[in-house]
Amino acid sequence: MGGARLSQRAWCVQIGPPTYARRVLTIARAHVDAIIAHARADFPDEACGVVVGPEGSDSPERYVKMTNAERSPTFFQFDSGEQLALYKEMDANDEEIVVVYHSHTFTEAYPSRTDIGLAVEPQAHFVLVSLADDDGGDVPVRSFRILDGEVTEEEIRITE
Amino acid sequence: MAVEVKIPTILRNFTGGAKTVEGDGDTLQQVIDDVETRHPGLKNRLVEESGLRRFVNVYVNDEDVRFTGGLGAPTADGDVVVVLPAVAGG
Repeated sequence: MGGARLSQRAWCVQIGPPTYARRVLTIARAHVDAIIAHARADFPDEACGVVVGPEGSDSPERYVKMTNAERSPTFFQFDSGEQLALYKEMDANDEEIVVVYHSHTFTEAYPSRTDIGLAVEPQAHFVLVSLADDDGGDVPVRSFRILDGEVTEEEIRITE
Repeated sequence: MAVEVKIPTILRNFTGGAKTVEGDGDTLQQVIDDVETRHPGLKNRLVEESGLRRFVNVYVNDEDVRFTGGLGAPTADGDVVVVLPAVAGG
């Protein structure tokens, strides 16, 4: 009888959600502050960048601000030269993108249809900051995983 | 010697997991066509009818080919082609 119960439990574990479904983004306060400051500096255009970390660590350690080549309030694309430089640095340092961030300047901090369609870093946390109701105080900062067109919001834990 | 083509993680399913493949050609177009003969399916992810896909960055020796002739950009033995999916959104 005990054996039956055990195997049932094992079966439940197997069909449970993939582990990343309940991921948490743990990120330093200084990085969050840098992201918000960049968003405000580039307002009303969208600001974008990354926080990279050691491969496989899921730990955002090095903040890199990117130029939005589109300079647009509704679209962003990393400057292609800066992106190549970033990839070479990451390659040399065995790093990967842990966080991709961008701002929404007039809409909520939720991935747009364009964001979902173009997401190309499956391991990354997609962090969005919204300046739609910015009064100089706290602004919404949210994190998502985007995989095969599916958006999953995840908790953000900010470390001091 | 040939042209070295660096493949991004997201497209390595076309190269059996290889980070780098080799191709021959005097232009980016020829290199891509040559690589396609050994890694079918890759070309469609890089090129559409009108040229390079909008959200794929291709560099020959660190120069974004959008500024150096697109698919007609010249290539030679020993050159390095880097393919990166653009990081973009709205």
